[in-house]
Amino acid sequence: MTPLEIEINGLKKELISMWILVQSQLNKAKEAMIQFDKDLAREVLIKEKRVNSFELKIDRDCENIFALHCPVAIDLRFLLAALKINTNLERIGDIAASIAKYVVDSSVNFDQAAMESTSMIRMYEEAVNILIDTRTAFEKEDTVLARSIFKRDDVLDNINDAAPTTVADVIKADIDSLPEALYILSIIRKLERVGDQSKNIAEEIIFYVEAKILKHYESGREDLADEEQQ
Amino acid sequence: MESTIVKAENYNSYFGDNHVVKDVNISINKNEVIAVMGPSGCGKTTFLRGINRMHELIPNATSKGKILLDGENVYDMNAIYVRSKIGMVFQRPNPFPNLSIYENVVAGYLLNGIKISKADKDVIVEKSLTSAALWKEVKDSLHKKGTFLSGGQQQRLCIARAIAMQPELILFDEPTSALDPISTSSVEALFHELKANYTLIIVTHNMQQAARVSDRTAFFYMGELVEFDDTKQMFTNPADQRTQNYITGRFS
Repeated sequence: MTPLEIEINGLKKELISMWILVQSQLNKAKEAMIQFDKDLAREVLIKEKRVNSFELKIDRDCENIFALHCPVAIDLRFLLAALKINTNLERIGDIAASIAKYVVDSSVNFDQAAMESTSMIRMYEEAVNILIDTRTAFEKEDTVLARSIFKRDDVLDNINDAAPTTVADVIKADIDSLPEALYILSIIRKLERVGDQSKNIAEEIIFYVEAKILKHYESGREDLADEEQQ
Repeated sequence: MESTIVKAENYNSYFGDNHVVKDVNISINKNEVIAVMGPSGCGKTTFLRGINRMHELIPNATSKGKILLDGENVYDMNAIYVRSKIGMVFQRPNPFPNLSIYENVVAGYLLNGIKISKADKDVIVEKSLTSAALWKEVKDSLHKKGTFLSGGQQQRLCIARAIAMQPELILFDEPTSALDPISTSSVEALFHELKANYTLIIVTHNMQQAARVSDRTAFFYMGELVEFDDTKQMFTNPADQRTQNYITGRFS
């Protein structure tokens, strides 16, 4: 194994560790929200510092590899992708922390029925699953799985698009639920961002493995990206 | 508009029975900088030396196929004429040790018995040294021996000597491998300037140098031209797995 391969393997492991931590943060924030467990929510807020440390460490490692190894071709693409995936994961970590903060700040627990009727729980589960699958796609360099993320992000977008109506219905049914309904709306908006960040990560995986640039193209219009890059 | 200056058509080189360059087809445009890279023994230097017929100077060496310079096969031309049209700079700076800087620049004329006036020589020396980014450094010591210069300056003197003959094409065989990083950088900067008037083909082991200085890169492996493409493309997404393995250092 060349010194560069050793560095890249190390970086890959570090990214996967960060991925697992961010995934755990997102899951714990969900549990804290459903159970209204303020202690668990506080744990998420504390562990957010670890996510930030990962981000700084990975940034610094990428910088060192660029400076010392002058990577090219697939190695160069991996490093460029690693830098962006790192940023995206850190933002997902931020989202988990901000959901946890809602739990800490809220004086009343979130109504189960409201969370169900707005499809927020379903959306949350799908967002976590998408994040898990991006990690699998990254680990296995599986661009078919990475491409499947684009369609699944549409599910999150649809729930987000319907949110003004579904949340309004919750408020109409019980005006006293207004504060928690607003929290639910905010969480839906944040989960939509998790979908976007995961989609960005999937694009980076495809760029790294296949050297194809898909960003700024609608899913399903990869032909346009191919044409332009030729 | 791009115009082809050198074209290899089914070009092959042999050392006795050893087939070292295999059926190479390549087309190089005027004012391009081409980097040629590949592992040791892949045939890149032999190919380079085939372009100006240096290859045939080695006993037992033969070649087949065509090297066209402006559409004419160099193997149908006078070899001396070919080498005046195609300059060459080698790995180690090799100014003539007994000649002054001035005489080194016009050595091509002196050695070929081409008579030119003192005034013309003066013009050629200044112009060539200026093009080789050396004039300012040596204009007050033109009659000192070329070997008094630093390694980087000597290499630029050799480039000036090649330029003095007004070639169409200059071949470089690992031109900076014997130079320190500062001299390497000045020679690389020179490539960018020379590009305006000449076509350059540079054999290099230094991949970062190939990436920095060339417009297009050719990758040779076991005598074959595996890939020839835009340098940016080659270093970000090479088409051939062998190229990728080589440039990423995963060559077994």
